[in-house]
Amino acid sequence: MTDRVATGQRVAESETQAWAAGRRASARYPRLPRGLHPVAWWLWALGLATAASHTTNPLALAMLIAGAALVVVRRRGDAPWALAFRMYLVLGAVIVAMRIVFRLVFGGGQGDHVLFQLPEIPLPAVAAGIRLFGPVAVEQLLGGFYDGLRLAAMLICLGAANALANPRRLLKAVPGALYAVSTAVVVALSVAPQLVESVLRVRRARRLRGATGRGLRALRGVALPVLADALDRSLALAAAMDSRGYGRTAAVPAGQRALTGGLVLAGLLGVCVGTYGLLDVSVPGYLGLPMLFIGLSTAVVGMLSGGRQVRRSRYRPDRWRVAELAVAGCGVATAAVTMLAGSVDPVLLYPPVSPLTWPELTPLMVLAVVVAVAPAWLAPPPNRGNIRPEAYR
Amino acid sequence: MIEFDRVTVHYADSREPSLREVNLRVAEGELCLVAGRTGAGKSTLLRAINGLVPYFTGGTLHGTVTVHGRDTRTHPPRDLADVVGVVGQDPLAGFVTDTVEEELAYGMEQLALPAAVMRKRVEETLDLLGIAELRDRPLRTLSGGQQQRVAIGAVLTSHPQVLVLDEPTSALDPTAAEDVLAAVTRLVHDLGVTVVVAEHRLERVVQYADRLVYLAGDGTVVDGEPAAVLAGIDIAPPLVELGRVAGWTPLPLSVRDARRRAADLRRRLVDAVPPPAVSSPHGAAALTARRIVVRYPGTVAVAGVDVDLHPGRIVALMGRNGSGKSSLLWALQGSGPRQGGTVTVTGPDGGTDPKMLPAGRARRQVGLVPQSPGDLLYLETVDAECVQADRESEAPAGTCRALLDQLVPGLPADQHPRDLSEGQRLALALAVQLTAAPPVVLLDEPTRGLDYLAKRQFTAIVRRLAGEGRAVVVATHDVELVAGLAERVIVMAQGEIVADGTAAEVMLASPAFAPQVAKVLAPQPWLTVAQVTTALTSVGERA
Repeated sequence: MTDRVATGQRVAESETQAWAAGRRASARYPRLPRGLHPVAWWLWALGLATAASHTTNPLALAMLIAGAALVVVRRRGDAPWALAFRMYLVLGAVIVAMRIVFRLVFGGGQGDHVLFQLPEIPLPAVAAGIRLFGPVAVEQLLGGFYDGLRLAAMLICLGAANALANPRRLLKAVPGALYAVSTAVVVALSVAPQLVESVLRVRRARRLRGATGRGLRALRGVALPVLADALDRSLALAAAMDSRGYGRTAAVPAGQRALTGGLVLAGLLGVCVGTYGLLDVSVPGYLGLPMLFIGLSTAVVGMLSGGRQVRRSRYRPDRWRVAELAVAGCGVATAAVTMLAGSVDPVLLYPPVSPLTWPELTPLMVLAVVVAVAPAWLAPPPNRGNIRPEAYR
Repeated sequence: MIEFDRVTVHYADSREPSLREVNLRVAEGELCLVAGRTGAGKSTLLRAINGLVPYFTGGTLHGTVTVHGRDTRTHPPRDLADVVGVVGQDPLAGFVTDTVEEELAYGMEQLALPAAVMRKRVEETLDLLGIAELRDRPLRTLSGGQQQRVAIGAVLTSHPQVLVLDEPTSALDPTAAEDVLAAVTRLVHDLGVTVVVAEHRLERVVQYADRLVYLAGDGTVVDGEPAAVLAGIDIAPPLVELGRVAGWTPLPLSVRDARRRAADLRRRLVDAVPPPAVSSPHGAAALTARRIVVRYPGTVAVAGVDVDLHPGRIVALMGRNGSGKSSLLWALQGSGPRQGGTVTVTGPDGGTDPKMLPAGRARRQVGLVPQSPGDLLYLETVDAECVQADRESEAPAGTCRALLDQLVPGLPADQHPRDLSEGQRLALALAVQLTAAPPVVLLDEPTRGLDYLAKRQFTAIVRRLAGEGRAVVVATHDVELVAGLAERVIVMAQGEIVADGTAAEVMLASPAFAPQVAKVLAPQPWLTVAQVTTALTSVGERA
């Protein structure tokens, strides 16, 4: 047995060299298909969302949405979360529609170009300032559309990040100190679909006993087996995690452990006092911001020290390479260029609805969109084809 | 490798200890099979090996358990993770990550192995278990057998000296079970891993075992060579029973052993009258289904199936996991989806389609016990369930309890359904469904987790249902059960019926579905030990 392990390690060493060679090769040919670091995609998407929040120009927004969609189509994998992008598009459309409908209902009726008249519902004097229906003007609808489109564009940008980056890999990138938290989130993520599944299963079983599946009685009949099931499952999971070594800690002296605990506790106490000091004007000033800062840094030191006790390694961690830098840079640049465009030409970025004008693009805006779309070529293509599509039925 | 020294385990809420003064030594490289009735303490024994008992389950453990020189008293489960790998009954419940590759790496990450070692071991393990093509697949989309192999792989990557498997094949179809067991024996033979495995269906594992540990049920343990231990205990696979009938010593453990000795037995049986062929059913069918179609997004679960179920007949529905068995049963009952075809249940007042009826009346036409019978139960006590069942079915008070007492006499009225054994819970769910007195009863994988005796009881129960004139369908993977129970066997694959005939026709024709007795005595048409016994007596009488 020991022999086997020893051989294993010897082989492992030679394997390490081969692997390093492989890495050098892939650094020379960055176009090999691979998954990009999830943080890079998120930075890119946040950049796009920031850009979208800085304009209501429908042309710019539409181009941003189209750009994000193009990147998603070219660079997403074929995992289930990647296919959810369509949902974000639908959600965006719903937001725009809702905005317009709201403007229709609670009209306000500003604008000269009245399209048609809806019968106005008179409201009591208490609700003065609110109007239901009435004349519908183009300006009013257009305002709703611009507003909704901006919100939808921001949402779709974040949806693009969700489709491009595996949310679980993002959790894997958290520092060691937050390892326990990220594990809890990962477990919760996998428990949620199981819970849905067991609700469906139990509801079907309830029908077998002749229940209609409605009302408080039915709720109890479904909730009890589902909860009991979830409890059993979580106990099984906890046992499995424990027997696979979860929570092994490095041999830390008791003193250090106490120090870690003390630091975190004191830090959190400091944060509480600091927040209180910040909110209550009657306490002396040093209990405010300075206390909050000291508390925060103490807690962070404590957590870092705690993170050192977590002794674990990472399997195939995502690495930050040139492509990651380029993609994240594109996001930041998009945001920066849009802001610049806004300070140069605010009227074109926020086109007025009254008087009605045709929205125009500026060269800077076009540049921002071009930068936003660049990752569709800059990012390496994703690993596709390893997963058979029928696996997701 | 594993040493139990006078180990007694006592749970706080039970009067009797689960294990009593157990002494056990499992040497390195052994495959040790743990057998015993449900509730005899198999899981306790298994989980004591890596300290989950008592660290996790509570209770008191007296004595010492030592694994690879480490005492579980001083080493909690996580500190034994590099020595003992544990795979539970439901692999999905033990998965921490979401894809195969990450799951394989999880244990190694916890042990803080260097990245290069992890990478290499993952590749090795993928090949060793034949799951390389699954590496990027999400765990939830795998079939049962694949999940079980991934679960084994996930603990193997830590290179444990001991592998503990709790009923690894109980949910698998025969072929998938073969795959998993082949992987396990490969580990024992090629890598010298010590394996401790608990299994109800001894016939699947006993031929590979070096040692059999039998838990008698009172906390004591018998251990030794499998053949020697089997000779003295009351649970036995069909091969061993056949060996006893034929008077072979030592008892055969594999089909090959038995077949080599069976020439003489086959000669004796040549003149025997073969088991009577099942007469083709006459009279009207209780349930007629035509061109049933069930689809789920992206897949067709049942593709235009015709079924006739006759009163008083027991039909076994077989086929690999995912072949559409459950979907068909749910469609026949009317509670599941059905996109096409017709179902007609012929009652005293003409034919009805259960799907058209409200749920409360549909269950009086067709009763279905789902795969996890616990889903049907949601009240705190056995009695409350029975009273509720009477109310649901508008049956006279006490009907359900009377049915339950027929199935399993003397179930305590105030016990919580979740505290019942698998067999008892199945009986309670069955009684609840029978309260509505349906002429057609469908059972979806009822024998999961049942031991031999519980299965024998279950067989008797199903026979009685058929005797009362009900049409019964049992969907199952258990060929031995089918051999002893069913008159007709339907085999499904990819949503279609690929074989439909009498049990003898279907089971003798295919090696995958042939019971052990048939494999030993082929080409003669015997399916069960009981048939052989009867035949031998009749031959003896004539001689």
